[in-house]
Amino acid sequence: MPGEAEVQLRERLNRLRSLPLLRGARLSGELERLQRQLDRIVAEPSDEQIWRSVELARHPDRPYTLDYVERMLEDFVELHGDRGRADDAALVTGLGRFDGRTVALIGHQKGRDIQERSKRNFGMAYPEGYRKAMRVMELADRHGFPLITLVDTPGAYPGVAAEQHGQGGMIARSQAVMTRLRSPIVSCIIGEGGSGGAIAIAVADRVLMQQNAIYSVISPEGCAAILWRDAGEAQKAAAAFKPDAGHCLELGVIDAIVPEPSEGAHTDPDASATLLKDSIGESLDELVGLSSDDLRRRRRDRFRSLGTLEIVKAP
Amino acid sequence: MAARIDVSIEHKHAPPQTDGRPHPNTCPGCGSHYRDDELEQHLNVCPQCSHHFPMRARARIALLADEGSFAEEAADLRSDDPLGFFDLRPYTERLAEAEVATGLGDAMVIGQATLDDSPVELAVMDFAFMGGSMGRVVGEKFARACEAAADHQVPLVSVTASGGARMQEGILSLMQLPKTVCAVEDLHDAGGAMISIMAHPTTAGVLASFASLGDVIVAEPGALLSFTGPRVVQQTTREKLPDDFGLAESNYRFGHLDAIVPRPELKDYVARLLRLFGNAG
Repeated sequence: MPGEAEVQLRERLNRLRSLPLLRGARLSGELERLQRQLDRIVAEPSDEQIWRSVELARHPDRPYTLDYVERMLEDFVELHGDRGRADDAALVTGLGRFDGRTVALIGHQKGRDIQERSKRNFGMAYPEGYRKAMRVMELADRHGFPLITLVDTPGAYPGVAAEQHGQGGMIARSQAVMTRLRSPIVSCIIGEGGSGGAIAIAVADRVLMQQNAIYSVISPEGCAAILWRDAGEAQKAAAAFKPDAGHCLELGVIDAIVPEPSEGAHTDPDASATLLKDSIGESLDELVGLSSDDLRRRRRDRFRSLGTLEIVKAP
Repeated sequence: MAARIDVSIEHKHAPPQTDGRPHPNTCPGCGSHYRDDELEQHLNVCPQCSHHFPMRARARIALLADEGSFAEEAADLRSDDPLGFFDLRPYTERLAEAEVATGLGDAMVIGQATLDDSPVELAVMDFAFMGGSMGRVVGEKFARACEAAADHQVPLVSVTASGGARMQEGILSLMQLPKTVCAVEDLHDAGGAMISIMAHPTTAGVLASFASLGDVIVAEPGALLSFTGPRVVQQTTREKLPDDFGLAESNYRFGHLDAIVPRPELKDYVARLLRLFGNAG
């Protein structure tokens, strides 16, 4: 049975196919991209494939935010500190040039070795990290820089100090800042899109997701612990709530899937970065022409309409 | 003779046990036990120690809205099962069971009312419906409440009691965070005010979205307001938790709340705020 997303994609494909090739190569690129997405939707991922995504998304060699930054951005300048309390290394922020245009970047950052992992807190940010992100979002807004965010976190850090410093409220306000931004925003889930800690920096005009990334409301282990009362049932939980890119696209949560090298992003970070850069560039090109009012209105409408279609009325 | 004198008065109102867990009418604060009507009479607040028992959505509306003024909206919205979710039991079965048990279509009730004669839009959550979890219906109802408040140019009063996003609707539940955030932002852009009342518990996805965006945020005494619950924090970090971890009192001390308002004073407190917001000219 074709889902809503599939129908929409098919319609777009047919429209594009019938157009004269006014935009030349760009348009055929778009055609290919849509066709790839359609193929992926039609091939419903099996439970094993879903779990494979969970493993690949958490692969210790998977490229992290800074691996992409050095391959995608020129003249990157990292910005530090939330101007209040701390500099949270689990979230990286900065300015750089993307295809010649200045952009602001925000991304979760995990660590490679034990030392760095502990310094980066495994990519789990404190409220201070989100406050740093918010100040850089506002900086982007002030200067009209497009914002790119890369999401890769198991979740916001669950700790006593994090709670005392207002983790929940900060995640809420970070989303609120994004709904107000006048600059174009492109987000990509590049690894783990873990719950509130992920959505805090993913309220974007275009939400992309790498082929083997996951995006979920709770970790498979957390879900299994609550519903199965056994964290060991994580595979079953993942199969039930379907955090893979194919399902996220089908549900309209993301706008496009960014392909990875065949065996996963970690096998070829350079190729992976090129694919990611192409997708982000394509999305930015679609957005930069829009007025700031238009951007904000469409961004809010995008999230306002998510999941409303299927709600049924009582008989 | 003496053997026949029953002096065990402490057993007279011995709290009934339900499979090893304390009865819901037994006060976790002081151990006093009450009949349903006794609790109701005291707004579900323990007369001995002021512990705030959970309050159902309908009772909450009766507490806040002027008598007969509440007109419910979007009562017919029901969730379907977008993922075909099945844990130990199918999600559709859990939904049906929750509806039968609570008499509600989902974990939030919205509608127009007056509160001390001030017109207001209410969005009230009910923890008894699947832990007050936020799926698409809660998100949609909250968004509609914001739109209704903006249309009628009245303030929105939300009362939250929720364990967070509803796992059974997967990633679509997570998307209700930005959805409700967008709704509050639109309400604010339209000049509308929002008063957020956090009842026990307001945690995870609801705390990390609309509940934290009120122009004024108040909580009930003793309410747990944390992004991550104490058990998970304890397990993950092995930290020793402070006694008041995540409670309203701790949140107040750290600057996350405007006030902690006991339930019997809540209506007067909100009425005062509504008069202030309604007086902008």
